[in-house]
Amino acid sequence: MADVKEGYLVTEDLVKRFDEAIAVDEVNLSIRQGEIFALLGSSGCGKSTLLRMLAGFEKPSSGRILLGGQDVAGMAPYERPINMMFQSYALFPHLDIWDNVAFGLKREGCPKAEIQQRVGAMLDLVQLTPYARRKPHQLSGGQQQRVALARSLAKKPKLLLLDEPLGALDKKLREQTQFELVNIIEQVGVTCVMVTHDQEEAMTMANRIAVMSKGRVLQVGSPKEIYEFPSSRFVADFIGNVNLFDGKLSVDEADHCAIATSLGEMQVGHGISGSLGMPVTLAVRPEKISIAKQRPAGVDRNLFQGRVKEIAYFGSFNTFIVVTPDGTKVKITEPNGSRHDLLDLTWEDEVFFWWDDTDGVALRD
Amino acid sequence: MKFLAKHFGKAWMVLVYAFLYLPLLFMIVFSFNSTRQDARFTGFSLRWYEALTRDSKIVEGFFLSLKVATVTGLLSATLGTFAAFVLVRYQRFFGRTLFSGMVNAPLVMPEVVIGLSLLLLMVGAQNLLGWPERGMLTIILGHTLMGMAYAMVVVQSRLLEMDRSIEEAAMDLGARPYQVFFLVTLPNIFQAILAAFLLSFTLSFDDVVISEFLSGPGVNTLPQVIFGYARRGINPTIYAAATLLIATVTIVIVSYSVWVARQTRRREREIAAATRAELAAIGR
Amino acid sequence: MHRLLRLLGREFVIGVPFSWLAFFFFLPFLILAYISFVDMGNDIHPFKPLWDSATGVVNLKYENYVSIFRAEGGALFDTLYLESYGRSIKYAFATATLCLAIGYPFAYFLARASAHLRPALLMMVMLPFWTSFLLRVYAWKGILADQGLLNQLLLALGLIAEPIQMLYTDVSMLVGMSYVYLPFMVLPLYANLVKLDYSLLEAAYDLGATPWKAFWLVTVPLSKAGIIAGFMLVFIPALGEFVIPSLLGGPENLMIGRVVWDEMFTANNWPRASALAVVMIGAIVVPLALYYRHRGQAEAQH
Repeated sequence: MADVKEGYLVTEDLVKRFDEAIAVDEVNLSIRQGEIFALLGSSGCGKSTLLRMLAGFEKPSSGRILLGGQDVAGMAPYERPINMMFQSYALFPHLDIWDNVAFGLKREGCPKAEIQQRVGAMLDLVQLTPYARRKPHQLSGGQQQRVALARSLAKKPKLLLLDEPLGALDKKLREQTQFELVNIIEQVGVTCVMVTHDQEEAMTMANRIAVMSKGRVLQVGSPKEIYEFPSSRFVADFIGNVNLFDGKLSVDEADHCAIATSLGEMQVGHGISGSLGMPVTLAVRPEKISIAKQRPAGVDRNLFQGRVKEIAYFGSFNTFIVVTPDGTKVKITEPNGSRHDLLDLTWEDEVFFWWDDTDGVALRD
Repeated sequence: MKFLAKHFGKAWMVLVYAFLYLPLLFMIVFSFNSTRQDARFTGFSLRWYEALTRDSKIVEGFFLSLKVATVTGLLSATLGTFAAFVLVRYQRFFGRTLFSGMVNAPLVMPEVVIGLSLLLLMVGAQNLLGWPERGMLTIILGHTLMGMAYAMVVVQSRLLEMDRSIEEAAMDLGARPYQVFFLVTLPNIFQAILAAFLLSFTLSFDDVVISEFLSGPGVNTLPQVIFGYARRGINPTIYAAATLLIATVTIVIVSYSVWVARQTRRREREIAAATRAELAAIGR
Repeated sequence: MHRLLRLLGREFVIGVPFSWLAFFFFLPFLILAYISFVDMGNDIHPFKPLWDSATGVVNLKYENYVSIFRAEGGALFDTLYLESYGRSIKYAFATATLCLAIGYPFAYFLARASAHLRPALLMMVMLPFWTSFLLRVYAWKGILADQGLLNQLLLALGLIAEPIQMLYTDVSMLVGMSYVYLPFMVLPLYANLVKLDYSLLEAAYDLGATPWKAFWLVTVPLSKAGIIAGFMLVFIPALGEFVIPSLLGGPENLMIGRVVWDEMFTANNWPRASALAVVMIGAIVVPLALYYRHRGQAEAQH
């Protein structure tokens, strides 16, 4: 990848208060030029407020927003080199597609010839040229979204904001659109911040994700980093499925540690800063756990027993809920590799389950 | 029993419609009556229509009402739009409850009270400033007070259901607030403003009480002329005027309704076609 | 700088209608109250100071108000004014009730009509409203007159031997009033009923209620706000109705609107006319408050 400029969009201690409630609580982000950055969280976590502050529709209570080094927090939305694609698309119903896309350029005072060329190029990019003279209501939902995208890119903004881009589409359309959107954005090369509550959307589309909760950013990282190495219990639980085993730190070394839980001692393949006896949680993803009726050979750690209580068949994989003697429920998924590979397990079977010590992540909170 | 219940609704509605239209039909029929008699149709004649054109008071009153109603309509639509904006967009400002009360009051208050108080204002102003003379201007001012309230209701309803995000989108794309209003908001509430104009126009054209209180010597709106005639007895010329009015209103309203219905149907067809095309595209 | 302009813009938008209303609505009422206390004496002009310019003592002619409630040398509450107030309230109340009785079923069935018929039906209700109300009231004069349509019809059918007097009676008054005010009752009720959630009715049927019972236990209470708003929307303006009593009413059907007019332009007693108007306002304060509250509720429900 080419030389990416770090810190293209920076928020410094950004805070937004509404009366007594804090919507955005001292958010510090550094977003690289050209990357697609997702703000992920459930409703009420502050991601939309943060986005609106970037767009200029909310004034920060305190903090700075720097775009390419310039503080834009005090600027009105129509002064910022930032454009937004709205969740409801917000296309102007009284204008046709061409005029919708040209709207921003006309406000800039762009000469007519240039508008012609640029609008034409945009419509080409989203493959809507034959629909240029139609009105928004004459287009389908997916087409309207592409118009909204074209309109927000027409002014070649320094920053593109996407508000729940796939929220209004139905499932089949969503998958297709995800990739189309990313392709267009990367083709144009614009820096993009998107807001979503849908993990799959964030994981598929973004280069990096910020997981938010209650106005704070809990973790920033690539989709893989967030999934494989969550930094907190909340993040581990929020993204995908996870088994959380609570216990106390029983071994504390530089490159490995162990946790004493109600199931027994669990070995972890990385070190953790802390003291013995400290409460720790081990997070293990269901797909990392293996399951069998026979005791596996050569496994001497992180091996436990239990009884199969629930089985769910999902087509491409199976999910088992196994209950241990002390009552802990463990979720295990196994892929359906080939037709003959179906595990010979059924309810009430006594099973062994195990995982590698590098497959778990020890978390402190 | 079920038969009665089932058809009770329809029967009731038919009766009520008959009640509503009886006076209209009565006037239409008897405007063509050849004699002055009510209730006995003695023969077909157009004499009352002739008399209508020769009656200078009615003709003058008609044109005066037209002028007054047009100005009132424009003023009311403008002020009503302002007021609607204020109530919908500005949630907190000094005196909001008072403002809301004042704007809505003319809708409910007896016209006599409004007419009287406005008259006192005009006379007082005349004493103090030597102006205005009671006449067309004062009538317009009075009608506008009423019209503004009705106009506001119409525009307010449209503003409330309008999607605000298109205004934000306009700002995001570089439009300053006044540009947002003229380029985006106004086109989208235009139909409501037009309806508000028509509504206040009609109310002004039809008003009696406020006109009576606020008019001056020699200034008589059409309703005032008709009211004068009506007090003195039956005059089929009035029926002729009524028939012309009913015909005009019917043509306007029916064609408007048909046009709106056709627009709606076309829009629905277009949306359905677009959706079908999209589903087909996914299927590929 | 932009913020200053934006603020100015806001002030301007609020200021224009506000000042118009303050000047043409609020100020006149202040003047009305003022004039109601003036002692006109033998002057033609009611615009006099309320205070004695020599002594500075405020001199309010309470007599203007008192004479409404007590005639000279007569008993308390036995005045023509109070009679006409009472009559006005009776007529307004009766009109509102009639409108409700006729209008509620109509609005109900209109709301239940099939969706593609409704626009046409609504248009048919609105059409008479757009034609002059004065002319329609005038038509009733012709219909209800002794030689009018209705009497001729009844005579022709042999139902009566002689024409009945309907014009200039309570009958013509109420017919005219309820005719004119019917749309004001129907439209708010319709707006309310059409948004009614029919699954609530279905739930009631499911729980064993008959349609009749379900109507009274579910539909009516839910439309309560609409009923009260509609009732007030008819009652309050009907109180001061002027045209209909003039055209369809006789000397015994005198309403307060007409009395105010006469006091103004015939007796030339502006202060007393003002006092009468102020008392009228007092009479509608409570209904007005009820209207505002229930109109808000009716809208908030949806």
